[in-house]
Amino acid sequence: MNISEIYKTMSYGPAPEQADYVHDWLNSHDQGFKLFINGEWVAASSDETIESRNPATGELLAKISVAGAEDVDRAVKAAAKAFPSWSGLPGHERAKYLYSLARLIQKTARFMSVLETLDNGKPIRESRDIDIPLVARHFYYHAGWAQLRDQELADQVPLGVVGQIIPWNFPLLMLAWKIAPAIAAGNCVVLKPAEYTSLTALYFAELCQEAGLPPGVVNIVTGAGDTGAQIVNHPDIAKIAFTGSTGVGRYIREATAGSGKKLTLELGGKSPYIVFEDADIDGAVEGLVDAIWFNQGQVCCAGSRLLVEEGIADRLIEKVKSRLNKFRVGDPLDKTIDMGAIVDPIQLERITALVNKGAEEGAEIWQPDITFPTEGCYYPPTLITNVSPSNSVVREEIFGPVLTVMTFRTLKEAADLANNTRFGLASSVWSENINRALEVASMLKAGVVWVNSTNQFDAACGFGGYRESGFGREGGKEGMYEYLKPAGEWGSEKGNLVDSPEPTGSAPKGFGIDRTAKNYVGGKQARPDGGNTRVVLNADGSIAGRVGDGNRKDIRNAVEAAFKNPGWSTTTAHNRAQVIYYIAENLSAREAEVVDRLVSLTGVSKKAAKAEFDMSISRLFSYGAWADKYDGQVHTPPVQNVALAVHEPMGIMGIVCPDVMPLLSFISLVAPAIAMGNRTVVIPSERYPLLATDFYQILETSDLPAGVINIVTGDRDVLADVLAKHDQLDAIWYHGSADGSRMVEQQSAANLKRTWVNDGRARDWMSVHGEGRRFLREATQVKNIWLPYGD
Amino acid sequence: MTAEQAILINSLPRVEGCDFHPDWVDEIKINKSAVDRRIASLAGRRTVKKKWQAAWLLKAIACIDLTTLSGDDTEGRVKRLCAKAKNPVRPDILEALGFDTMNLTTGAVCVYHEMVETAVAALKGSGIPVAAVSTGFPAGLAPLETRLAEIKASVAAGAEEIDIVISRRYVLTGNWRALYDEVKAYREACGEAHMKSILATGQLGSITKIAKASMVCMMAGADFIKTSTGMEGVNATLPVSLVMIRMIREFYEKTGQKVGYKPAGGIGTAKLALQYLVLIKEELGDDWLTPHMFRFGASSLLGDIERQLEHFVTGRYSAANRHSMG
Repeated sequence: MNISEIYKTMSYGPAPEQADYVHDWLNSHDQGFKLFINGEWVAASSDETIESRNPATGELLAKISVAGAEDVDRAVKAAAKAFPSWSGLPGHERAKYLYSLARLIQKTARFMSVLETLDNGKPIRESRDIDIPLVARHFYYHAGWAQLRDQELADQVPLGVVGQIIPWNFPLLMLAWKIAPAIAAGNCVVLKPAEYTSLTALYFAELCQEAGLPPGVVNIVTGAGDTGAQIVNHPDIAKIAFTGSTGVGRYIREATAGSGKKLTLELGGKSPYIVFEDADIDGAVEGLVDAIWFNQGQVCCAGSRLLVEEGIADRLIEKVKSRLNKFRVGDPLDKTIDMGAIVDPIQLERITALVNKGAEEGAEIWQPDITFPTEGCYYPPTLITNVSPSNSVVREEIFGPVLTVMTFRTLKEAADLANNTRFGLASSVWSENINRALEVASMLKAGVVWVNSTNQFDAACGFGGYRESGFGREGGKEGMYEYLKPAGEWGSEKGNLVDSPEPTGSAPKGFGIDRTAKNYVGGKQARPDGGNTRVVLNADGSIAGRVGDGNRKDIRNAVEAAFKNPGWSTTTAHNRAQVIYYIAENLSAREAEVVDRLVSLTGVSKKAAKAEFDMSISRLFSYGAWADKYDGQVHTPPVQNVALAVHEPMGIMGIVCPDVMPLLSFISLVAPAIAMGNRTVVIPSERYPLLATDFYQILETSDLPAGVINIVTGDRDVLADVLAKHDQLDAIWYHGSADGSRMVEQQSAANLKRTWVNDGRARDWMSVHGEGRRFLREATQVKNIWLPYGD
Repeated sequence: MTAEQAILINSLPRVEGCDFHPDWVDEIKINKSAVDRRIASLAGRRTVKKKWQAAWLLKAIACIDLTTLSGDDTEGRVKRLCAKAKNPVRPDILEALGFDTMNLTTGAVCVYHEMVETAVAALKGSGIPVAAVSTGFPAGLAPLETRLAEIKASVAAGAEEIDIVISRRYVLTGNWRALYDEVKAYREACGEAHMKSILATGQLGSITKIAKASMVCMMAGADFIKTSTGMEGVNATLPVSLVMIRMIREFYEKTGQKVGYKPAGGIGTAKLALQYLVLIKEELGDDWLTPHMFRFGASSLLGDIERQLEHFVTGRYSAANRHSMG
């Protein structure tokens, strides 16, 4: 085509990004990449390699090593060896290394962008303008946390060796999200990149050498799922951070159960994209391009479910179609494309199969009439209509450029449809009415809500999911806590659980009329379903009374009561504070009775019982105080935007109490949970349940709404097992045995409820570890609401 | 003027406008941050290189309203400008591009009323239309009779295009009916001359107001909507252009009438001109990539394009003094 012809057609020509210098680097490694362990390149123990290919062309880029058990162990040892000196450095020294890495990333940004695009297939525009700048930003931001940790997180200590496993969709960005906070906090890491996309991680290892990072602080081991499993199961790793599929996340939850490993999981999603009739429709259409046709839709937080107000649905769909008819799909290195290549033929097959399945279920599939390369891994942008929430394409995460469309009538219906999923990662809301947008934002069960925007990220704003989209946050201060722990939080195993004494068989005289302790469900005392009771003994072996022997149906009823009374989670913090103060007031009035009960049941001195009682009252006051003070934050990411980081309650929490200090531990666990707006199902101390059952009348007289605290007495681990297996439960705190802790973590994998267990250890309830922010963090999750502005 | 222009100008249907529909104004919702993001990402989604870039730059030249709007304009100055409009690029460069037979000219020459006669005479036979800024340009605060008389005088003097300025006060106070009536009156005064409606976007206060004013001007029968006089603090920008051309698209979908677009002021580089052309192609389509539907209001843009074209031909960076002054 000559210039005159182009003048007439005004067509686009090719505009390829130069890549020869990246190929030169790859060619210099044509013998294959080794593993990066202890600051050196080390051959893997086996000869096995994985071929890394360019998905756009099928061209072989490099051969990477497969790390086996021996290699992972060597990497863990290197990290463990480096940990004392690395974590012992002053924050400023660690900050300098992170700053240096951030600078090196900027200096090599174009190289890394091209390498990322060659390896992954994403458009060069995205790797150059989005991925790599965010990588540099993440290291800068966390250089700041390294600097400030000693002042701002002074009561926290790093964990040790951290194992990190990352996916192929944002290879270097996910590396940054993992490594930057981990080493800023003072940990040493063993990271496994995805087997399809290891190359930028290997280049990053070269940058670590150039930055002079001490050997062993960052170790990079390549390989596939088996290598990942070696990391997950390594006994000397203190924490696993994983980003990837919900299926693998569940496996990791099960595999690490009871190991004491800390865990963050950033998993799948099926994020809603809600458009109201008062939205900027053209803006919303282009937003969709950035939502679901970003990175070929291979984005965990992709807005894959379009929910549109019925009256504008046809118009919006027409506009989406016209936009897609102008879509350009092709060579990822070309600077004139909207979408590049799918990462691997296997992923392409998966997308194709899921879309075909949707079609078989009656979905209407629309794809634009555009050309794209016949060679290489390409899939066209796809719009699916005529679907309902029961279609598999609406339920399953497709992880491809596929959008489903459903309509809604009202704001409430929009939120209900949006929340009608097992996931809860992200969401978008489009409306020019700020009242409407913020109301929906408050109703959505998702870790991120983007108002009039989508797929916005920043290191200062925590990212992570609700529900089966995983737990933990990456970015922000909340992300730093994932790589730290409170110093000296746990004691030994002694003094956590208490055995019953030898029974003497008789009740002491003079206790007046027999009181019948039942369960407490939905604001009422409820007879246990099985009709059985169990004996509670005093410290001297005499009978103190009987409590209900709860079973699985009692737990079911208690969870149901919590579910049906959601008002507590949305009532004002002031209201919650008032109720908690009122509980303290009413408890205080019964001091003599409760102190006597503590003495006779637990055998402590009157003085000790009084101390426990006083601390319990004080603790209630603490959480009455905290209820309206554990506020969120307002972030100012580097765009014209504010991001509201809101602390939301988990929802429905199971709380399993220890035996020690039965009144204080019960209050120390339940009060923070309800102060933050959770509804709870509580299993009180198995040995001393009467302290909790005595509490019913106090709750009944304290204006506590029904369903907020539900109490089931009985065998701790039998009931905890039912709780852990209950999919309506959002979180579970367990204080019991090591075995019970393992069981709770294992059984929680199915719905990925948040767990906080004691691994059989004791907590000093009278000390600073008995209350405070630690508890509030575990009782809440952070939702970041992005609010761009401008007119 | 290229063959293409000769066919198009004055042969395509005029914009007739329509009745005033207040609901078409009320329903407009624009989200500025979304607009900004679209503009930010577009430069990375579309670009033209090598011969495509050369061809697109030639198109940009064909779409320039070569402009002089200065208190010190004289006949001599205007004649020189017209000479440049007729021969915008050095012949040897056009030959090297294989474009020497295409009769490349700018889209129009744009002057004040007092210079219309001079320009018409200087451009006689070239087919290049003369555009006159009018209606008390740039503030538009002369008496209404004066403004209407000015339009008629310029048309009588041979101007084929009239660039009117709207009364910003109607936009700022939301008096859309008054704006409609005013622009409709201007349109009637224009007669056969094509009317470009200048919004002075830099003075309208919000992007939503810009969108609404665009819609009202089109309802009133503007052939083109134009951003700026070039005299406001902020003149044409890509985000404002996106909003205005989306309104053009909306009006086309509602009425079937195609309104043209003219960004003016601040477009001084070839690179920026290409971004505008990309924006038009993506949001409005190829039908708008003609001088009949799209113009740049610019005075210094041509010089930069000439240097880029020479660089394309020779591989050497060019100098300003190697190209003839306009």
